[in-house]
Amino acid sequence: MADTATAPANGTRGQAPVAEATGISKRFGATVALRDARITIAPGESHALVGRNGAGKSTLVSILTGRQQPDTGSLRFSGETAPAFGDTDAWRSRVACVYQRSTIIQELSVAENLFLDRQSPAALRPIRWKQLRQRAEQLLGEYGVDIDPTARARDLTVEQRQFIEIARALSFGARFIILDEPTAKLDARGIARLFDKLRDLQRQGVAFLFISHHLQEVYDLCATVTVYRDAAHILTAPVAELGHQALVEAMTGETASAAAAAGSASVRPDAEELLTIEGLTLSDACRDLSLSVRAGEVVGLAGAAASGNVQLGETVAGLHRPDAGRISVGGHEVRSGSVPRALAAGVGLVPEDRHLQGLVNNRSVAENATLTVTDQLGPFGTVLPSRTRSFAQRMIQGLDIKTPGAATPVSALSGGNQQKVVVARALATDPQVLVAIRPTNGVDVKSKEFLLGRIRQVADGGKAALIVSDELDDLKVCDRVIVMFHGRVVAEFDRGWKDEHLVAAMEGVSGTPTASPTEQTDASRHEHGR
Amino acid sequence: MSATTDVTEATVAEKQPATETAPRRGLHLGRFRELSLVPAILVLGLIGFIVSPAFLTADNLIGVAQQSTELSLLVLATALILICGRMDLSLESTIGVAPVIAVWLVLPSTGGRFTGLGLFPEWTAIPLCLLVGALIGAVNGFLILKLRLNGFIVTLGGLTMLRGLQVALSEGQSIVDLPSSFTYLGKTAWLGVPAAIWICALLFALGSSALAWLRHGRALYAIGGNSEAARTAGIRVDRIVWIVLILGSVLAAFAGILYSGHYGSISATQGSGWIFQVFAATVIGGVSLNGGKGSVFGALTGVLTLQLVVNVMTLAGVPPLWNQFLNGAIIIVALIISRFASGEKQE
Repeated sequence: MADTATAPANGTRGQAPVAEATGISKRFGATVALRDARITIAPGESHALVGRNGAGKSTLVSILTGRQQPDTGSLRFSGETAPAFGDTDAWRSRVACVYQRSTIIQELSVAENLFLDRQSPAALRPIRWKQLRQRAEQLLGEYGVDIDPTARARDLTVEQRQFIEIARALSFGARFIILDEPTAKLDARGIARLFDKLRDLQRQGVAFLFISHHLQEVYDLCATVTVYRDAAHILTAPVAELGHQALVEAMTGETASAAAAAGSASVRPDAEELLTIEGLTLSDACRDLSLSVRAGEVVGLAGAAASGNVQLGETVAGLHRPDAGRISVGGHEVRSGSVPRALAAGVGLVPEDRHLQGLVNNRSVAENATLTVTDQLGPFGTVLPSRTRSFAQRMIQGLDIKTPGAATPVSALSGGNQQKVVVARALATDPQVLVAIRPTNGVDVKSKEFLLGRIRQVADGGKAALIVSDELDDLKVCDRVIVMFHGRVVAEFDRGWKDEHLVAAMEGVSGTPTASPTEQTDASRHEHGR
Repeated sequence: MSATTDVTEATVAEKQPATETAPRRGLHLGRFRELSLVPAILVLGLIGFIVSPAFLTADNLIGVAQQSTELSLLVLATALILICGRMDLSLESTIGVAPVIAVWLVLPSTGGRFTGLGLFPEWTAIPLCLLVGALIGAVNGFLILKLRLNGFIVTLGGLTMLRGLQVALSEGQSIVDLPSSFTYLGKTAWLGVPAAIWICALLFALGSSALAWLRHGRALYAIGGNSEAARTAGIRVDRIVWIVLILGSVLAAFAGILYSGHYGSISATQGSGWIFQVFAATVIGGVSLNGGKGSVFGALTGVLTLQLVVNVMTLAGVPPLWNQFLNGAIIIVALIISRFASGEKQE
């Protein structure tokens, strides 16, 4: 398709795109990371870059920021050729970047993080801490960020750290910033504030390249979108002219199927209550909370970061010991605070952070997928390799995990497939109750659809599923959505809720009706893709 | 040591004045983290004073300080290396092998009990010794940073190999006929206090100041805390780590000079087994084994604590056979104290 959004090529410096890459190719060994790719970002433009995992987005970012050299192709910033490879300062004055991984050093103060490696004017001049603090205050003030520069970075919230990264990246004087999945770790409120900041910056003439898995964010924030697929540029178009359907098609290369699992499987009201939580109180997470999930039901537990929904989910799985209250699975009370007991009672958990809690990175897919069922893999506590392999093979097929083999280390898989391994592990025990915490965190559109469909299947098989998330897409597959705010249930929605009502409830905006409007259901579902 | 104390305290005050908005608790504890062993030292002093009137005399205290010098230089080196997230076990062999190589190159090939090569004039013994230290650090750095070998195992190999080299060169004997230039620093006293103490205090003050006020000093914390982030901030991670490794080995070689001078000979087992004490002292002084945390001053309090315990026990007449047991026990107790005084998990 046409590059409708490229800046007029009249060659004057003021009009030249802040960044322009053409014909970029890059290969790592046998893998082609980018094939003749291109992108053009006009001054002050908000440009989104989307694509499935492995589409070449990260490689493009490394090349745009001068961390890697392209094999072929040229790079121009504001009409000038790119600085020499390795001239970090020159690169930074042209491109700012907030990386996917935090580059904040936890033990150092905010001020020092902001001015890392330039705390003093020359290497042998002593650092003047007072002055550094003032400079930090000034810089934070410029971007309207209210953070104490003397605070230790580890004491900040994720959102505050994100702002520090942005302020630091821009402090080198660049008018173009790349944001690589900046919203992955933020809750809805944090994302809103981040977007406000970004719009502010845009008004000041800063252009940005925004990378995200959440298409809704692209529609909310960006004017132009570029799609990459399989290491190549697919299209660049104004966001307003590109519908959700078309965008997903461009990303996946196939016609998107109709909205997933719409309205299927209504739960019989007399179905058995598989999970019952009564009067649960957990210090700084929730107070006197009760809910139940029936067999065949998928219940969403929505809430922003501090709402306590994640802790509640983890408590069901035995990760925390509640101060009061009962958790029962299939009518039997589970001794709380013990993971083995929760497992034995039939609770499966997809943890929030697959890297921290989900996977043993350098071990194989087979080992990771069978971690919860090692007792079933051989007699007398032995783990038989053949049985592990066949078990894993079943999992790989059942969850459509794209891996060269069961013996491949999980770290070699893409994000979406890693998440499938985590889900496989949770399902390996054939749980009565599946607790999935942000199950589609950082996975691409296709995998997301698949994972949510798989969770639906679990429920359809007569089990209960609890999806703990603040993602509207995750919550769309649920039969019911319970919204938590600051440790309390504030609202409950049946199928067909409207986004704005749910978001308002998660944000604690009062006066939300618990109603379940039926009109416009399909429209809203379409608007938000999957 | 007062210079060191002032420097570090000033830094703390500069860096983290407990201002309004920041979480008060964290800052307060952060402030105490480096000082968590100071109360322990005071208590030890009190016990020493009760146990024996000889404790609180200038002679005794200077003696403790003098005995701490060599160990404390290794601790300084280890603190720097640990802060940038690395380890160097071979330091304990460097302290022995560097002086041996230096005097081997310097001593005449005839006449003395120890036959050297006589390649260089006698006054070059100290520069040569430091150079050998630098070389060892450089080789370690090459293996760890260029060949990307595991630092722990590389330096464990280095520890054994260098000890073996020392034994081979010195034929397992102590070398007693040392050049006078070589023994001067370890023997002499300035203003009534052994020169070694002055030099140590100076080096600690320099180390402390560099970590507090120099960009490259702060870079060590950044590298140890998150080396990938340090790299994206433009810090030349490998170069700095290499320099720190070299500096560490030079400090160890210098400790070897002080030690040889102090005892007037280079013993074949010089420094052998010290690395455990060095790591213990550094860690109870608040330096994290995972890097990015701790201070040079904290490490110094760690050494002083361990040395005072030994001194107090000697004065109290504890049978020397129990020394090893008590030394180990003290390390564990000190760890527990600093864990709760600082309120932070030691991971």
